[in-house]
Amino acid sequence: MTAPLNISRRTFIKTTALVVGGLVIAFNIPQAKRFLLPGAKDTAGTDAGKLPAPNAFLRIGTDNTITVMLAHSEMGQSIWTTLPMLIAEELDADWSKIKVEHAKAAPEYIHTAYGIQITGGSSTTWSEFDRYRQAGALTRALLVAAAAEELGVAADSLKTENGFVISGDKKISYGDLAETAANLETPKTVMLKKPEDWKIIGKATKRLDSPEKINGSAIFGQDVHFDGLKTAMVARSPVFGGTVKSFDAGAAKKIKGVHNVVQVPTGVAVIADNYWSAKQGRDALKVEWDLGVNAGLDSKKMLEEYRSLAAKEGLPAAKAGDTESALSKAAQVVEAEYILPYLAHSPMEPLNCAVKINADGCEIWTGTQMQTTDQQAAAKILGLKPEQVKIHTLFLGGGFGRRANPAADFVSEAVHVAKAAGMPVKTVWSREDDIKGGYYRPMFLHKAKIGLNADGMPDAWEHIEVGQSIMVGTPFEQFMIKDGVDATSVEGVADSAYLKAIPNHHVSLHTVKASIPVLWWRSVGHSHSAFAMESLIDELAHAAGKDPLQYRRALLKDHPRHLAALNLAAEKAGWDKPLAKGIFRGIAVHESFGSYVAHVAEVSVTKGAVKVHRVVCAIDCGLSVNPDSLKAQMESSVSFGLGAALQSEITFGDGMVQQSNFHDYKVMRMADMPKIEVYIVPSTEKMGGVGEPAVPPIAPAVTNAIFAATGKRIRSLPIGDQLA
Amino acid sequence: MITLNINGKEEKLDAPEDMPILWALRDIVHLTGTKFGCGMAQCGACTVHLDGQPIRSCVTPIAAAVGKKITTIEDIQNDKVGQAVQEAWREVDVVQCGYCQSGQIMAATALLTSNKNPTDADIDAAMNGNICRCGTYPRIRAAIHDAANKLA
Repeated sequence: MTAPLNISRRTFIKTTALVVGGLVIAFNIPQAKRFLLPGAKDTAGTDAGKLPAPNAFLRIGTDNTITVMLAHSEMGQSIWTTLPMLIAEELDADWSKIKVEHAKAAPEYIHTAYGIQITGGSSTTWSEFDRYRQAGALTRALLVAAAAEELGVAADSLKTENGFVISGDKKISYGDLAETAANLETPKTVMLKKPEDWKIIGKATKRLDSPEKINGSAIFGQDVHFDGLKTAMVARSPVFGGTVKSFDAGAAKKIKGVHNVVQVPTGVAVIADNYWSAKQGRDALKVEWDLGVNAGLDSKKMLEEYRSLAAKEGLPAAKAGDTESALSKAAQVVEAEYILPYLAHSPMEPLNCAVKINADGCEIWTGTQMQTTDQQAAAKILGLKPEQVKIHTLFLGGGFGRRANPAADFVSEAVHVAKAAGMPVKTVWSREDDIKGGYYRPMFLHKAKIGLNADGMPDAWEHIEVGQSIMVGTPFEQFMIKDGVDATSVEGVADSAYLKAIPNHHVSLHTVKASIPVLWWRSVGHSHSAFAMESLIDELAHAAGKDPLQYRRALLKDHPRHLAALNLAAEKAGWDKPLAKGIFRGIAVHESFGSYVAHVAEVSVTKGAVKVHRVVCAIDCGLSVNPDSLKAQMESSVSFGLGAALQSEITFGDGMVQQSNFHDYKVMRMADMPKIEVYIVPSTEKMGGVGEPAVPPIAPAVTNAIFAATGKRIRSLPIGDQLA
Repeated sequence: MITLNINGKEEKLDAPEDMPILWALRDIVHLTGTKFGCGMAQCGACTVHLDGQPIRSCVTPIAAAVGKKITTIEDIQNDKVGQAVQEAWREVDVVQCGYCQSGQIMAATALLTSNKNPTDADIDAAMNGNICRCGTYPRIRAAIHDAANKLA
């Protein structure tokens, strides 16, 4: 039996999904009923519930291209490559034919565990590991069935390789089978490959978005342009919560290129032909503000308030034994207070959002990590249904959590501006707008009192935290705040592996009701809790006269994944080997987002100046789908966390943010970047994330090394000039 | 009207003389490969070449470019050094979010044009004005050394 192999000229197209010719794969995937968020403990992507939703994850063109639709946003973490790897593996695709697109905002693309369309919580790869492989396997099954029909042979006599279905010496390309496959019934089940048969998963694979990002052709939200699109800048209150009393647009309107000046809920918008005109217009604008209740905001006063709260215990977050009584019997008591500042995310691409309101809906172009809430917010403002709001996700010039805002701040504002202006508008934030614009990592104070027994090991741990809640007032409050305790405020402390080994412990939380907008900042609560915990453990080791590595090993003896990371980092760093004169080591290990990361930092302190020379990083994240992008995320996290630890802070005086741009909100630069070595623990344990977990332990690894070098314990960040 | 030479092409712009080159490129000529990051020469995302020298286009008015040649990321593959830098960037897989990389590549190309075999210290000095929030610094350093080897 033979069949014509050239089937691409067939013209009948019967499914509506066939938008470009070829096969669009549509199938059912169970959705989780539970609503989980970054930091939530139950992070398994596989125990999903049974709410089916149709999905569309890839398209095979008759020209053999395979276009993968990303349900998540590419912001540097390399899912533009990792998710296609999952599909290509099961599909036996020709990797050179893979193209990638961001998916639209639609129910099909909601997160398999979090219940909304979101990129965050270091969750993309583990949460899509099954869904994208299934998409590949299903498509392969359809293509094989199509080939069987064409050739009149049994499907199980066929094999697939590099974009072809093969029958003996006959080969049919996937593109030639796409239309036939599109008309076949989707199988109910598919078999996934066994790990030993993987050819792509687990192999270091170069990024697919690299070519367009090195020749300037990659399009970020900032780069969106179409005829009629104007640029807007918004004058916002210099104090959070302030409102417009009055404004005079006279001088602004005289600037060449300025079209209009309109009031919106967040301030006054100047709409112009281009950024330069908009900025000059905004500079000329006169706004009188009612500064509101935060006019007296002052960082020093806030710290005093935090300290007075920490004098008393807060709402309980974790409790075991009788801490008070055990403390009274301790052979030695260690007390310390750790303070961490507000931090801005400051992604390289300042926030921006283009909005075009049509007769029957609205189109939005932006780089967002949270399409669902943005879509809902825009729909509410315009009186539309969410599906009438079309979101085009462009490359994100960094996110770090700032572009996943439950308040949809930069999208809502842009919609308001476009609505008030009556024309398509792209709002653009200046760097100053970004640094001063809020949604910071909240300031936190950790106060601990720890009792050691005669062997120097902790018997009692009293821990009080003070800080703002990220979740309060958001739609996630109901899931993430229990009995007044925001799980993301105490993560890394209340659930610490160390505390599990300590019979008497008590963790409590004071949630400060400040109105400074706060948000998750790469690694969320772990960004402050790991600094407190890993510094405290180091303090205890020194108080006990023990080696910091051995002390950790003893406390973590029942936590093999912590130990695996800790031991690998220590071994590769040569923990027991002498260092060059003037260089000292510090170590830290922390679990977050389902992964376990240890860093050994090598540091010198010369005339008060800290230099980090080398960081040895080890991670156990379970399976590593793309080891090279994993390494890149470790390097990235060390840079991000170290820059903040060395120099970054947002402070307030007279109600206003005191920093404005990269000259006073300092971040990591080339000359401060240490050499980094990354080692991956070979692991078949449950998959965790890699985007964030290397951030939390870097600050304490460095400050522990500073203690080794100088005997001075850094108990507040940034390190700044504390050693001068 | 101001006439600028951008990537070898004469462009007539209806723009005020004090408009920074960055906004003329992005908003008028629609060459969006050059990025806005800070607006005050703090981050290097806007780096272009003016007569071969790296400049911060966010603070350099178009008046300063009259009679000179502006080269942007969109044309750097036509430069032998720029091409080697781009190849090295790809081989080392430097980019992450990618937003700062146009500026990084323009700065690295200028460095390697004036210094064929830069040391780590030379790289630190030349590249310290270019911020990357994704922390691609170790790979930028490796890629610059790679490009230097390619050109040797």
